[in-house]
Amino acid sequence: MPKPKIHWSAISDDARFKALHGDKNKFLWCMMLFALIFYFLLPISTAYFQPILKIKIWGVINLGLIFALSQFAIAWMIAIIYAKRANTEFDVRAKALVEDAHNIKGVL
Amino acid sequence: MNFKAKQIAGFIVILACLQGAPVFASTASAGAVADEYRWLTFIVFSSIIAATMYITWWASKRVKSTADFYAAGNSISGLQNGWAIAGDYLSAASFLGIAGLISLYGYDGFMYSVGFLMGYIAVLLVIAEPCRNIGKYTLGDILAFRNNPKKARMIAALSTITVSIFYLTAQMVGGGVLVKTLIGIDYEVSVIAVGTLMLAYVVFGGMVATTYVQIVKAVLLVIASLVLVTLVWMPYGFSLPAFLQAVVDDSKVQAQVAKLLGATASTMTPEELGQRFLEPGLFLKDPIDQISLGMALVFGTAGLPHILMRFFTVPNAQEARKSVVWAMAIIGGFYVLTLFLGFGAAIHVGPETIGSIDKGGNMAAPLLAQYLGGGEHSLLGNFMLAFVAAVAFATIVAVVAGLVLASASAIAHDLYVNVIKEGKATQQQQMKAAKIASIAVGIVAIFIGILAKGQNVAHLVGMAFAVAASSNLPAIFLTLYWKKCNTTGVVMGMLIGAGSAILLVLVSPNMTYPLKMVADAKIVLEGAPNKAEFEAKISEGLICEFFTTCQKAEPAKPAVESVISAPQKIADLKELLMRIRSQEAVAGINKQIKELEKSISKAQDDIAKFGSQTTSMIGLEKPLFRLKNPGIISIPLGFLMVILFSLFKRDKRAEDLWEELYVRQNTGLHVEDVSH
Repeated sequence: MPKPKIHWSAISDDARFKALHGDKNKFLWCMMLFALIFYFLLPISTAYFQPILKIKIWGVINLGLIFALSQFAIAWMIAIIYAKRANTEFDVRAKALVEDAHNIKGVL
Repeated sequence: MNFKAKQIAGFIVILACLQGAPVFASTASAGAVADEYRWLTFIVFSSIIAATMYITWWASKRVKSTADFYAAGNSISGLQNGWAIAGDYLSAASFLGIAGLISLYGYDGFMYSVGFLMGYIAVLLVIAEPCRNIGKYTLGDILAFRNNPKKARMIAALSTITVSIFYLTAQMVGGGVLVKTLIGIDYEVSVIAVGTLMLAYVVFGGMVATTYVQIVKAVLLVIASLVLVTLVWMPYGFSLPAFLQAVVDDSKVQAQVAKLLGATASTMTPEELGQRFLEPGLFLKDPIDQISLGMALVFGTAGLPHILMRFFTVPNAQEARKSVVWAMAIIGGFYVLTLFLGFGAAIHVGPETIGSIDKGGNMAAPLLAQYLGGGEHSLLGNFMLAFVAAVAFATIVAVVAGLVLASASAIAHDLYVNVIKEGKATQQQQMKAAKIASIAVGIVAIFIGILAKGQNVAHLVGMAFAVAASSNLPAIFLTLYWKKCNTTGVVMGMLIGAGSAILLVLVSPNMTYPLKMVADAKIVLEGAPNKAEFEAKISEGLICEFFTTCQKAEPAKPAVESVISAPQKIADLKELLMRIRSQEAVAGINKQIKELEKSISKAQDDIAKFGSQTTSMIGLEKPLFRLKNPGIISIPLGFLMVILFSLFKRDKRAEDLWEELYVRQNTGLHVEDVSH
């Protein structure tokens, strides 16, 4: 079965595609930037702000341990938030585009 | 098919011999397992190896095409792939190494766990799905999409092989040492056993066998760890503060902290010493080095070829996403467990014992298992030790299999089929090339493993991460997300990124410097005089924080008392022995004397070995680069070079294909015919 020709540049100019990758990029970069800042605060604080990390919070458990453990929680949270939004929104919008792809021809 | 089954049976026999020979030899050197329980170790190892061989036999019937061989025919589900990624990532370094670091250094060991997991955020958000949508089998496929295919594939193959060889050497040497320490099999024999087994998985079962072996191994690893953690934590009613309180109160932990801190520990109470174990700074001392390591871990994971390759085994981007989420859950959960494994080993086995068996602490988890099962002379204790050891062995074999498959695909699919044959190879020729490449890489791996015996390979995994982060990641990332990225940028960026990472490690403190080794040995043998107070120094510039060519900022240090030589210490202790009566004190002193004698013979060995040399492998008397981790310089450099060289030259193909690539990576359109 011959495949219908796909007009890639027309799709990339399509308003729906532009909106999709715009929303996706904004969302991804916000999450990525947040994750990076949150992670690098850990080595930075173990290097330069040790007294704060040594403050005991719960029995012998100090702020440093809680901060390190919170990194796991944040990583999982990011994974869940991203997966949820991608599954319910991005995938649906991408699928609509893919199904309509051979009709998008743009100005020839 | 029948022929294959016979070949596999042959392999099992060879392996049984390799495994069996030392077990029944009466002269086998001592391992952690007592001689009377070697049969048990043999049974546990054999069962696990037999199970993986069954998987390989079953998989061999399913591998018919190159798509099956490299990518398991896209038949792996997200959940399965999640377990397989976890299996690939939880190498011996993280299972044994991190638990060991935590047991010796407390908090700082746990910092590694955090960094290793955070690497997956970049994989999930920006790498996994686009790669699934664009690529077919290899890193080369992704880079060749819009760049000059031949050049892109050549540089991708070069980088894949470099990263894999570093990683692989660390695994081979680590595996050889591990098996030798645990059950006393000769180093060379265990390296050959790892290599042969791994080749059997790869050659007969390709990606199908490698994937399912990884899944089985990851499940076993998690089960073993859960059992150990339950046993460790149960006595404290599963309360975190109560468990950590026990760590702080433990006298072995307090003694370890006192040893690590040296003179400053004399003014601290036992509680303060114990508490210090839960605080940062006992292992990672240089702040910039720490950040540099963090960068390599966070950006390197997304560039590891054997991890990238896993995303081609699932049918679509949705499953790729699902597999990363599962992998993050499994890997993260496992790394939380390492906290209990490490601390548990510290309070039950003790940092001193762990360190005396293996300096890096790699035996912490297996020794903890032995203790929890009832100790050195119990059946259950030795069964648990054998089980953990066998899982660690399976881990190494499976990780090496993944690495060999990644390198073999770079050689066969990128270099042979697409560069030399220009894509005009039949299915049969492709399969043959894939298998020959696997065998060749496997044999090289065995040779490197044997040649590197006794070498310090701990920095090689760090180097693999650093090269992946400085070369593969910038190239993939900018190819996927930056319109102006092109062939010149990718080629130059990857060469300079990887080259700078390797060069910086070669001139770093990781290498062995004979002058320093001899000086340290002389202090042990002859002692050292008083050291005067050290005044604070001001940095002569930012660059001086990284290179030793000028003065970096240094804090003031108090005067250090003279160091007494080890022979003098022994003489003092012997004199003390004459005067005391208590049995316990005598035993303690005798133990100290033994330790000192060991350090003397090591110092003498070092002088004999390095006395005639003055420079390191590449001709330096002292390190030129101050950090152990090159990432902080090489990663930005890699990105910068891709950008600069891309702007330097225009590339029509890269620009023309940008829209197609961008639409595809965002929508998954035409995934079924990725055929570049």
